[in-house]
Amino acid sequence: MKRSAFKTVFLIGMCSLFLASCSSKPTTPSTSGAGTGVSNGGVATGSLSGDGVRGTTLDTSGGIDTVFYFEFDRAVLKPEALAALRIHAQRLMANPVNVRIEGHADERGTREYNMALGERRGSAVKEFLTLQGVRGDILEVISYGEESPAVMGSSEGDMALNRRVEMK
Amino acid sequence: MTKGSYLVAMVLAAVMVCQAHAELTIDVTHGVDNPTRIAVVPITESGSQLREDVGAIVAEDLRRSGLFEPMPRTNMLSNPATAGEVYFRDWRIVSMEYVVVGKAVRQSDNRILVTYSLLQVPGERTVFTEEVRGSDSELRDIAHHISDKVFETVTGIRGVFSTRIAYITATPEQGQLVYRLLVSDADGARERLMLRSKQPIMSPSWSPDGAELVYVSFETGRPAIFRQRLVDAHREQVTNFGGLNGAPAWSPDGRSLALVLSKDGNPEIYLYSMAARSFTRLTQHFSIDTEPNWTPDGRAIVFTSDRGGSPQIYKLTIASGELKRLTFNGSYNARPRLAPDGRTLVMVHRNQGLFHIASQDLVTGNMRILTSTSLDESPSVAPNGAMLLYATKVGGKGVLAAVSIDAGVRFLLPSRGGDVREPSWSPFLK
Repeated sequence: MKRSAFKTVFLIGMCSLFLASCSSKPTTPSTSGAGTGVSNGGVATGSLSGDGVRGTTLDTSGGIDTVFYFEFDRAVLKPEALAALRIHAQRLMANPVNVRIEGHADERGTREYNMALGERRGSAVKEFLTLQGVRGDILEVISYGEESPAVMGSSEGDMALNRRVEMK
Repeated sequence: MTKGSYLVAMVLAAVMVCQAHAELTIDVTHGVDNPTRIAVVPITESGSQLREDVGAIVAEDLRRSGLFEPMPRTNMLSNPATAGEVYFRDWRIVSMEYVVVGKAVRQSDNRILVTYSLLQVPGERTVFTEEVRGSDSELRDIAHHISDKVFETVTGIRGVFSTRIAYITATPEQGQLVYRLLVSDADGARERLMLRSKQPIMSPSWSPDGAELVYVSFETGRPAIFRQRLVDAHREQVTNFGGLNGAPAWSPDGRSLALVLSKDGNPEIYLYSMAARSFTRLTQHFSIDTEPNWTPDGRAIVFTSDRGGSPQIYKLTIASGELKRLTFNGSYNARPRLAPDGRTLVMVHRNQGLFHIASQDLVTGNMRILTSTSLDESPSVAPNGAMLLYATKVGGKGVLAAVSIDAGVRFLLPSRGGDVREPSWSPFLK
């Protein structure tokens, strides 16, 4: 492949202009404008509001697994995940705490499709736990798609570590 | 802690400051076989340098298009500043096809008037002469304007040198990834920080007037859609539902967003009306429906769905609800983007396990793979439909690359920082 030799570094200009314009306007994100839409089904930022939730952190005593891995492009729980998930279920039924179930994908495929795939994986974990009897309202599935990899790198081994659900 | 103050704390850094240096540079890796030979003579103010080297910026713009081969200055036999000063034989003997000459004059209001001409060497004629005015800080804009005019006159294609690109970077800092939403000129210069966050930022997309961006940020601990103005960095949260809040795409009339929510159980595409602040569900299927993009007439969306068993691209006409599958070639076609002609669909296409950018002619159905690297994603078509930007990996690092829609011209925009991803090409700007 032909590669031309030039490579130019472009310098920044106009910094002062933008700094000046920024200083007069705080960049406070506002949800007020979207109030109607949000209150019609949006989840309030902050903790979930399940009654009788006593603890605040997931019980990980005994070194129980909190990360569960998936096959490529699949959202089916592997058999080896089930023992740990049953223990989580028992503990969450005895002592309900709010749990974040974070779903992740490897870097293959498109980013928003991987967001959907991460959510499917998280939902698979949530569904298993609720079938065991855990209250659904203490379990929140949050997909990170491929945006928050556990490890950098593109080897098969790296990507296997990134296709995961983390309970927190 | 209230919700409001929590958000403020998370995004204190969301101010529009400039980086110490631009992240992006440009390497042309492949141009056309017979690029147009053009000489862009230095444009000065009576021999003294302007704050920006306008001629050099024009030459680099044209070179980056892959369709031109600008002449090195050191080979120029003369440095005319006006059409009347051009001796055509000076340019004929070095086989130039076109010459651009110009001069700058500072006016009484301290603005700069640039008068420039495009000359055709074989015909020994002045094609056009034009005057452009601007302040010192607008010299790059003047240069890109000249590039646009020259490019359109010679090729018949509207230039995109005055447009901008938005993109995301992810850089390891103190053992943690830091995400940035950045906007730069189409040549990578004048990079501006729109948002910095320790939580992911993704899916930037432009408003049709080029004045705002819409994107997904995880700064609340969940994915949420935000819109943000470029001029003053003012931002507003658009969605805050449980589950996915993603893939926002501004409608061509600017009045609504197509976006993805999974609040009803699985990812569905919704229409969000800006004025009414209301959501209308467009898709009804238990599979994944995501990555909407509008047809240029605003009457339909194309989107990714795995309702047929693998991710494929579908078209939904909004008024009638008519649904049509568009892709049949291969087992993974996703993230569709339509060219401005509404006929050329570009997408991420998996071929033998590798992810490439492909285009499909919606009339003939012919699909063509445009890229040869793997892990290519996030295609974004230039507003003139001639080029597209996409993200790929080089040496394990995310970089931006561009390819012409006919695959003849390619260039890379290597980054000196961390991973660069999700380029989004602006519309034509005023």
